[in-house]
Amino acid sequence: MQLGFLVDLHLCMGCKGCEIACKVENEVPLSTWRLRVKYIDVGTFPETKRTFTPLRCNHCANAPCERICPVSALHYLENGIVNIDKERCIGCAGCVMACPYGAIYIDPQTQTADKCTYCAHRIASSMMPSCVVACPVEANIFGDLDNPTSNISKYIQQHQGDVQVRKPEKGTDPHHFYVGGGNVQLNPLASSRDEGHNLFNKLTHLPLGGHH
Amino acid sequence: MAHEMIAATNAIVVLDVALPGIVWGWIITMNMWAKSIGTGIVFLTFFLLKKYPEKTGFIRFPAVAISIVFIHIFLFFTVIDLHQMFRFWHIFFYPHLTSAITIGAWMATGFVGLLLAMAYAIYMQKDEALYDKYLGWTVLLAIPVTLYTAGLMAESTARELWQMPTESAQMILAALLAGSATMILLGGNKFDNAVKKDLGLVLGLSAFAAFILYMSEYIFGAMKAEEVAATLAFIKGGEYTILFWIGQMMAFIIPMVLVCMSITKERYYLLKIAAVSALVGLWISKHVWLVIPQLLNMS
Ligand code: SF4
Ligand code: SF4
Repeated sequence: MQLGFLVDLHLCMGCKGCEIACKVENEVPLSTWRLRVKYIDVGTFPETKRTFTPLRCNHCANAPCERICPVSALHYLENGIVNIDKERCIGCAGCVMACPYGAIYIDPQTQTADKCTYCAHRIASSMMPSCVVACPVEANIFGDLDNPTSNISKYIQQHQGDVQVRKPEKGTDPHHFYVGGGNVQLNPLASSRDEGHNLFNKLTHLPLGGHH
Repeated sequence: MAHEMIAATNAIVVLDVALPGIVWGWIITMNMWAKSIGTGIVFLTFFLLKKYPEKTGFIRFPAVAISIVFIHIFLFFTVIDLHQMFRFWHIFFYPHLTSAITIGAWMATGFVGLLLAMAYAIYMQKDEALYDKYLGWTVLLAIPVTLYTAGLMAESTARELWQMPTESAQMILAALLAGSATMILLGGNKFDNAVKKDLGLVLGLSAFAAFILYMSEYIFGAMKAEEVAATLAFIKGGEYTILFWIGQMMAFIIPMVLVCMSITKERYYLLKIAAVSALVGLWISKHVWLVIPQLLNMS
């Protein structure tokens, strides 16, 4: 079994339901994100269009984060998920340096690495990842890539020619696909990004006690 | 970069999380810098004891003492950079052998053991032959200890600027530069002119070779990948430009000029200025090269 994700960017409307569901399910601390939806405006006014791209760990089959981790805190599960053992992590941040997708962060509360695990704990109980459940338009398609009759395999077959992964040149073999994406959505260097014009960029870590 | 080319593809991120900050900062710079001195002085001790056994015997103890001090500075900064430093022992009990960090930690541990054996041989036993025997093994182990950081940078798939084999060459050159500079300061006027000249040559040539590598990447790196071009933009008019050139001047250009002047005019006191400049400049150069790829947004 090789679990994978596919996001149909034609369907995504940028509601951020997946982002919030992930935050709640995994208790992701303020200022850090396992999954987020990036908004990019394309074109020049008045001919502009807004695109939405959910970004999460790709659970690469050839994962640089797993390779560089000195203590195997990042490890493969049998279903292909790249999981993290936060008790074993020493917080060296090697994985942060290695992941070409910026999918890993150091959790400010536990001081260990963290990232999307495809909700491995839910999958172990035969539930879907929380972001899949939350998406109102079913833009997130999740399933077994080894099974040709799974929804995700059929979706990939039906959209041959329009299925892409992020940064294929890195040789990471991502288990996360996009349909309907372009360079702008999948290549971070294809859009300009001015600090100071983003929401959330002034957020700092709240004190653990909860008072200011 | 497509967003800058035509109006129709002008693309601007309007809502996203903040750019990530620098994760490996000055503590890792200290780590690399101290390690260069700690292993470099071993290379130079081996060279001098082989070439000038009669004239340089007095360096045995101070050289190993300096190496022990700087390798422990390197280990100290390695450990304090961990977000969970009290779990450092996991590297030895749950080792993952594909990781350069694991290999480096093991090699460095063996290296420290040999350095301590050398110190014991020369300080407690006063046994130069035993010291020299250990030295051969220590030099061998100093090579992977010097190189493992380059392996780590190569494994950092997200940082396109850090290429192999360039980083390996830079690590060895940094060790030779730092080792010769430290030896020049250590030996002072106790070395005769032939030894000083050789140390000056090692310093000057390693500075020259490292400078060529930096300039090659500076000029041609951007032609291979847009990520490298975007990274190099931080030192081509970007916020790290001045610091980059201060580093290049102090680490490589000034030492090269001073070494030439000292050798051609036999003014060997200039070597000490070159050595101090090289050591300070090496820290700055390493720091800039460490930090700039981390300023790039990866998603
Ligand atoms: S996307 Fe990044 S964190 Fe996820 S498996 Fe790949 S390299 Fe690791
Ligand atoms: S930060 Fe933790 S998970 Fe990441 S490489 Fe280091 S030990 Fe492994």
